[in-house]
This record gives sequence, C-alpha cells and structure tokens, in this order.
Amino acid sequence: MNNKQSWIDQRFPLTKVWNEHLAEYYTPRNFNFWYFFGSLAILVLVIQLITGIFLTMHFKPDSTQAFASVEYIMRDVEWGWLMRYLHSTGSSAFFVVIYLHMYRGLLYGSYKAPRELIWILGMVLYIVLMAEAFMGYVLPWGQMSFWGAQVIISLFGSVPVIGPDLLVWILGDYAVGDPVLTRFFSLHVVALPLILVVLVFLHLVALHAVGSNNPDGIEIKNNKDKDGIPKDGIPFHPYYSVKDIMGVVAFLMIFCAVVFFAPAMNGYFLENANFIEANPLKTPDHIAPLWYLTPFYSVLRAIPPMFGSQFPGVVGMGAALVILVALPWLDRSPVKSIRYRSPPFKWALGIFVISFIMLGWLGMQPVTPVNAFLARVFTVLYFAFFVLMPWYTSIGKTKKVPERTTE
Amino acid sequence: MSEQTIDLKKRRFLTRATSVVGAVGMGFVAWPFISTWKPSARAKAAGAPVDVDISKLEAGQLIRVLWHKKPVWIFRRSDEANAALNSDELKGLLADPDSSGNSKSQQPSYAQNTYRTIADKKNVAVIVGICTHLGCSPTYRPEPGAADLGGVSWKGGFYCPCHGSKFDLAGRVYTGVPAPTNLVIPPYHFVSDTLIRIGVDPVEHEEKS
Repeated sequence: MNNKQSWIDQRFPLTKVWNEHLAEYYTPRNFNFWYFFGSLAILVLVIQLITGIFLTMHFKPDSTQAFASVEYIMRDVEWGWLMRYLHSTGSSAFFVVIYLHMYRGLLYGSYKAPRELIWILGMVLYIVLMAEAFMGYVLPWGQMSFWGAQVIISLFGSVPVIGPDLLVWILGDYAVGDPVLTRFFSLHVVALPLILVVLVFLHLVALHAVGSNNPDGIEIKNNKDKDGIPKDGIPFHPYYSVKDIMGVVAFLMIFCAVVFFAPAMNGYFLENANFIEANPLKTPDHIAPLWYLTPFYSVLRAIPPMFGSQFPGVVGMGAALVILVALPWLDRSPVKSIRYRSPPFKWALGIFVISFIMLGWLGMQPVTPVNAFLARVFTVLYFAFFVLMPWYTSIGKTKKVPERTTE
Repeated sequence: MSEQTIDLKKRRFLTRATSVVGAVGMGFVAWPFISTWKPSARAKAAGAPVDVDISKLEAGQLIRVLWHKKPVWIFRRSDEANAALNSDELKGLLADPDSSGNSKSQQPSYAQNTYRTIADKKNVAVIVGICTHLGCSPTYRPEPGAADLGGVSWKGGFYCPCHGSKFDLAGRVYTGVPAPTNLVIPPYHFVSDTLIRIGVDPVEHEEKS
C-alpha cells in the first residue's frame, strides 16, 4: 500500500493534495447550518451534469422535434421521466442552494477582505448559472420556452446603435426559431457547463488559499498553536466531510420529495404554459420567467422607457446584477459578522431581503398599476442597499469581536 | 556572445510587437466563429412574401399569418371603429398618433396616416403582431370600455400580456406603457380586392422603398 502510494506520489502529488485540501486543511470549528450550502451546490452541479448527459442522449435539438422528444423522454424512455424531473427540479434546487449560500456571505461578511476574489468568482458563477438555466429552459420548446427566449433576446435589440444587428446575430434569423434552439443547446450542454466547472474550481482554489470565514468573522489563522495549526481550526476531513454528508442526506430527502410528488411545484418549477408546444402566433396570457430570475425581471419592468427606448430598463437589470460585484468595496464596517454589526446594517440587510423577495414575487404577477408602483419602490430599496452601504456601515456602534470563536 | 549585454528595450519592443501581431491574428481567427451565428443563406432565403385571402373577413374579425416567421394580423375595422381612431379623445391618450415622432420608421411611407393603412383601404389593417417593447404578441381586445383595461379610457385595441403595453386598433401605442413606439406595419399591397400580398410594396411605391 505504502509502496503504491509513494510510487504515485513521485509522479503525481496525490498525498500532498489530499492533505492540503482535506486531511490537513484547517477549517473554523464553529460552522453552523448556513455552511451546508457550498457543498450542496457542488452536489446539485453533479446531479445536473449526470442527468444532463443522459437527457442529451434522447433529446432532439430541432424546433420541429424538441417538444415531442421531451414528451418521448417522459413517456417512452425507461426512467426517462426521472432523469428529466431530477434535472428540472435540480435547476430550481440549484438556485435555492445558491441563494442561501449567497445570503450566508451577506450574514457573515464573507465577501470582505481577504475574500473579495472568492466573492467575485462566485458572482460570475451566479451570472453564468442564470444563463445556463435560461438556455436550458428554452430547449423543451414549449410556449414559455419560446416566448421567454423572445423577451430575453429582445433585450439585446434595445442596445443603442448596434441593437438591431446584434439581435439578428444572436437569433441567426429574423425571429426566434431553429437557430436559437440549436445554439442554445450547444451552449447549454457544452460551453457553459465547462465554464461553470472551471469557475467552481477557481472559486475553491481561492477559498483554500485564504481559508473559510466563519459565523464570528474571525481570521482563525491569526491565532495558531506552536505547530502552526490554527487553535480554532479542525481538519476538513473527517470533521466537515462527515457533517456535509449529513447535509446531503437531509437535502436529498427534500429534493426527492419534490421530484416524486411535486415536480412541477404548482407551476413554479415547470410552468403550466410550457406543457403546450411553442406557437409563434400566440403569446400565453401571462408570461413570467422561472422564479429564480423574477427579481431581476421585476427591475426590468419597473424602469419605464426613456427617450423612446427600452434600454434604461435593460441597463437597470444588468446593474442590479453587476452591483453585487462591488459589495466588498462598498462595505466600510470594521467587523464582518452580523453578530457584531451595528444596528443600521441589520436594518438594511432586513430591508434588502424583503425587497429581493418582493421583487421576485412581483415578477411572477401580471402588471397592474399597484404592482408597477410596488416594483418601483422595491427596486429603489434594492439599489439603496448598495448605494447607501458606505454610509450606513460606517455609522452606529459595532460590538467588540472576540479573539477566539465563540461556539 | 558573452560580451553582449541584453538589450531590454529591444526585448520589450519585440514582446509588444509579437503580442500585437498575435492579437490581430486572434481577431482574424475569431471572425469565422462569430460569423457562424449570422443568419445562414437558408434563413435569409426564407423571407418570401405571403398572400392572404380576405374575402371571408368580417368587420371585427382578425386572422393571423406568419410572415418572416413573425405573426402578422389582418383585421377589418368597422366604420365606427375607424371614425374613433380619428377622435381627439383617443389621440390624447396616444404617444405618437400621427406616427411622425419616434414611430416614424415603424411603417412604410404610404401607411403613415391616422389609420396606418394604404389610403384607399383604410378598413383593412395589416400589422406585425410583435410588441415593440420586448417582442411578445399582444392580445386582440377590440371591445371599448373593457373593465380590466381601464374602463372608459380603453377604446379597443391590443393589450400585451407580458408587460402591459397598450395599442389602439391602428397599432398606435398609448402613453405611459413600456412599449416605446407604435407597432410595425409591414410592406403590403392589394393584389385584388380580396387578396393581400404581405412583404411587397404597392407598385406605385416600389421605387421609393
């Protein structure tokens, strides 16, 4: 055994990597519930990759056959329905996990120095993941696939000057049709998954370089024993590998319950209109993107056209995403964790979470004057969280951060 | 050789020159890949004109056909509906009632009038049924005063379910809605009294457009 190990180690740094990233990778000992979601995100990514590979074997990326081939997977392919429901539920589960993962970052200031690059890589991952999810939703070529693609691709047509040409370039045609389906298929199945996997790798490399934050927001590396091991650290393996497996079990119980008993989730995971084949002559009476995109869709709808152009709304929607990247530099607070933050930050975070949820809810509702007004209010509050952050994080009294972790 | 010192300036120049040439090369290599996304020869060839028989089209009825893969509405307006298009009350609700502002390029010159039709056939409207906001196809709601669309201020027209844009029966956009311009009128002409050809200008306008 040892011989084999040393034979490999002379040719590949197996033991070194194992120790550096698992057995001797020291992680704060005080992780709580919120620290499950990073590993769960990797689990869901693997579920999506594997079920996706098997769905690709039966799916036909052709506007005349795509819808029927999905029904074929559902009815005629053995266990095909399971592959598809795992994949469709997986996409919503991915965003549930990612949103909780990001919220953890906000709670404990995980984006603050020295973890800015982890945060930025995470935000790029988030944006690529949204593109991946959107393109995947177009593939079944149902009514919602078609008209969702129509609306989102039209956004590019509103770019000043180059918009119309850009639109035709993306469409590969003069309207949404077969070229869109085939290029989205290629991007969804090959290009974006590759990019996602590379970004996940970089996200983890950056994380392991600086080490994890924790619910107290303390740098455990500042407090080492005589062997150079952080006093508040425990090896990732076996302590957190076992803890994460427990999270996996709990997650899979909920996940499987949805897959088996409510895969459409009453229209929230698979929209009703998407059980009808795409019809370029008729828009469904009510269209909305899937729940995980609706907060940004609300921002888009909330901003009225200016100078005879829809572009300001598109810019607003883009800004709502891009502004997240600036978070590490907007936060001026001396402490990281919510436990020691000043009251103004706690209020701001609460208002932000409510705004985000309300924007998400409004994005699924039809446009009425009241809804349009509410969407504007919450859009302003959403941006206020970021724009006013340098001010409200520098006022109010923060609590004293302890030397050592508290749990 | 050993007496020669390294000329860092020259080395830097060579590095930069190589990088620039390399970047230009990358641009040339990228072009074919980017170009594959442009409409193919087959997609370009698919834009043939469409003929529509309107002999059975009653006042108030609307039919939809695909032209350039887009829905096109053909519908017949009653004389009362046409008269209402010219009312000052309605024009007050519209962003560009004469199609002379932002909507100037939304129709061929021969349809730039109140009814947005060929001048002597103002009862038959031909409109591309794609919302100028984000490309949904608005719903046909010809009944004036519909309670869910604002009651008395609704004069009949088209309502976009996606983002709430409103258009009148000539495809003119209301004020205060997301859509920035009037709906598009395609080039079309009457081959006979009952046959419309969509995609080709009337003979007398062919040279101009």
